[in-house]
Order: sequence, then structure tokens, then C-alpha cells
Amino acid sequence: MKVNGDVAALDVEPWVSLLDALRERLGVTGPKKGCDQGACGACTVLADGVRINSCLALAVQYDGQEITTIEGVDHPLQEAFVRNDGLQCGYCTSGQICSAIGMLAEHAAGMPSAAGGSGALTEDEVRERMSGNLCRCGAYNGIVDAIMEVAR
Amino acid sequence: MKPFAYVKPADVEAALHAAATEPGAKFLGGGTNLVDLMREGIEQPQTVVDVTGLPFDTVEDLPDGGLRIGALVRNSALAADPRVRDRYPVLSQALLSGASGQLRNMATVGGNLLQRTRCLYFYDTTSACNKREPGSGCDALDGFNRSCAILGVSDSCIATHPSDMCVALAALDAVVEVRGTGGTRRVPVTDLHRLPGDTPEIETDLAPGELITAVELPPAPADSRYRKVRDRASYAFALVSVAAALEVSDGTVTLARLALGGIAPKPWRAREAERLLTGGPADEAAFRRAAEAELAAASVRDGNAFKTSLATATIVATLRELSQEGAVR
Repeated sequence: MKVNGDVAALDVEPWVSLLDALRERLGVTGPKKGCDQGACGACTVLADGVRINSCLALAVQYDGQEITTIEGVDHPLQEAFVRNDGLQCGYCTSGQICSAIGMLAEHAAGMPSAAGGSGALTEDEVRERMSGNLCRCGAYNGIVDAIMEVAR
Repeated sequence: MKPFAYVKPADVEAALHAAATEPGAKFLGGGTNLVDLMREGIEQPQTVVDVTGLPFDTVEDLPDGGLRIGALVRNSALAADPRVRDRYPVLSQALLSGASGQLRNMATVGGNLLQRTRCLYFYDTTSACNKREPGSGCDALDGFNRSCAILGVSDSCIATHPSDMCVALAALDAVVEVRGTGGTRRVPVTDLHRLPGDTPEIETDLAPGELITAVELPPAPADSRYRKVRDRASYAFALVSVAAALEVSDGTVTLARLALGGIAPKPWRAREAERLLTGGPADEAAFRRAAEAELAAASVRDGNAFKTSLATATIVATLRELSQEGAVR
């Protein structure tokens, strides 16, 4: 697979998750292991541009795909998170930013949401669309502000 | 995770062959449920047959006005499909109310149909659970059973089916296409899942090695809607959910379809309520009578007794919304 633009040749057992392959085999430790059961979103990466939970992904299923982690991201969201206090401890931040990048692309492509629709991105929309990323510090207001700033 | 062999067949015949010949084989779709269960040791397949390379990832119009949905269509893609949004809003809404953006991007239609319960005692391998370990008992019966089922339950299991999508499919009279080495058969989605009885470990009508390849929807009802009640506003399983379609003519209900989630071991088609609604007045009193009749058979525990009134109120609210908005033709 390609990881952050570089070809990574990996020989992994089929039971190795994408998250473990990135962190333990390739030393790409930006994606975090929070719950390891798809409940927190700290492991969020982009696979061919689509946000996924890398903890529930078997690495073998992503053979040949292009994986982007926070290490491969150069996006206005990063500075916006700093400016808007979108973090406290920072553990969830790499997943939040990868998720937000995927989310903005989904919204731009017309993906609807349970918050009402695919129109302008409102704060309610951001909260609904980002609900798969938990922040135990409770920096949600800053996270929403950062995303809204970049979306505008 | 217990080690397993992994195969990724290039065509459906190879997939069915692998499932029939490899010992302890299990199909893998998006992985959002199976990988989690394997990590917890609840599922321990010897061979995983990854079916995501099979060509079942399209949504196609049917000649009769219905829709054919490939089993490998991702939940997010199905929710966003303009035909689903326009003609089957209940299905798009149900999908969007489930899980998170990341999980919907991974999860497949076939996997969603076959996802297993989220009952706390099923997941906790130190607890008694007849579904996980037949004959071991059920710690949910007198345990923390707030999320458990009230209809279709037995003394051996009160776990709920967790899917939102399946509740919408039940209301829409969807038909599931199943392939095995012996050929193809079609199962109404309302017959796919079984009630627990004495064998809660047997959850579906599928024979070992059978693969879900598609879901077909008949032509859509006039208007439909999904309403979900849960402990937080997003990213939580349903306490109660309602999928409904309603057609009203001159104040009389001409078509009623109702299915419930979060309250039963399978997506619960509320046929008694539908029978009472059809031909009757489209008013709140009639909606309430129908809801109460459906819930009359409820068997509650200490922690989930609230679900009877919550389900009744949610049914009434959903039907009221439908009767007031656009359903009158």
C-alpha cells in the first residue's frame, strides 16, 4: 500500500489491523489506539480519501490502497485547531483532523446527514457528521469552531 | 485475535466454494462487526473469506419501479443514492441514523443484515449468554437490561437486533437474495432473522456457507420516515426506532407499513398495528390504539419497562408526522 505518498511493502498476518500495521510495523504513530473497537475515532485515517476506523480494518483488506494519516496531512484545519483551542490533551486530534478532512469531502460531494441535509454546513451538521470522533477533554466547541472556520 | 487463514476470491463461485470447503469459514465484508467480535474472541473463524472483491457493489433500477441493491454497497453510498433519498427516504434516514461517518463508509448492506446483537452480556465473555455459549444461561434477564427487547423474547434470550437499516427494509417489504452452492433463493427480509426461542445462537434462516448477494425493494410507498430514540443525539444504538410508511385518502388510511427497532430480537414488522390502521381514520386516537395493540404482548423486565410507552409514543409521533406531511394523496 501507499502510506502518506510513499510505497510501503508489508508482509503482515491477516489478523493484523490496519492501525497496528501503521503503528507497530511502519512506525506511523499519528493514528491513535483509543478504544480499539470503533467507538472513539482516534484511529481515523483516510483510505483512498475516504475516512475509516483503522482499528476495525484488517490491513490485508487495504492492499494497494493509498492511506493518509496525520503525518501526511498539510491542511488549514491543523492551524485552525490550534487557533480555536480544538484540543486539550491532543490524543484524539489526529483522528479528529483526518475525520474532518474526510467529512468536508463527503459534504462537498453531496452526502446527506441525519442533521437534515446536504445544504450549507451548519454547526449542527458538523456535530452530527463528526459524532464518530470522541474527545474526552470535551474540546468539542473548539473543534466545531475550527472546522466551521475552514469550511467558510 | 485468534489466527485465521484469509482468502479473497475473485468471483462468487470461488467464494461459495471456499465457504463450503474451508473448515470454520466466515464471510467478511466491511469488517466493522466481525473484526470487533474476532478481537473479543466471540467469533473465532478458522478461515475468513473476504467477499469485498465480488461485483455486488451497485444499485440498479428494477423494471417494476423497485430497486436492486448489491450486498456490498457501502452504507454511506446507499444513504446518499438519489433514488433511495427520493423514493425510500425511510431507508436513507435509517442508514444515516446508524453508527458514524467512518463506520458507514466501511459497512456493507450484507454485513449490516448479519450484524450481531450489542447486548452487553453477549459481549462480556465472563457473563452467561445463551447466544454466545448455548446452555450457559442469560445474565441479562435480571441484569442491566435497559437496552434489551420486550417483544419476541424468550426465557433464554432478550437481546435486541441492533440494525437501523433492517428496520427500514422490514417496513419496505424488502427481499433478500441468497446464493449457495445449490443455487439462488429469495427470502423476505422479515423471514431472514429468527426469534430466539430455545436456540438464540441460531439467528437467521441462512444455511452454513450461504451468501447474501443483493436486496430488492418493491416499488416505494408514497411517503416514508424513520424516527430513532436513543440515549444521545448521535452515534448510539436505538432504544426504540420506528420505520413507517403511510398513505391516506379522504382522511382514511389506505396503506400502513410499520416496523420497530430496538425492542425485539429481529427487525419487528408491526402487522397487528398495520391491520388496525388500514381502512381506519388517520387520526391520533387511531394511531394510539394501533400502537397499543402491537405492544400489548410486551414482556418487560425491570430495566426496560419504559420501552412499552416509549415505543407507543414514538409510533404515534411518526404516524402523526407522516399524516400531516405529504402523505395525503
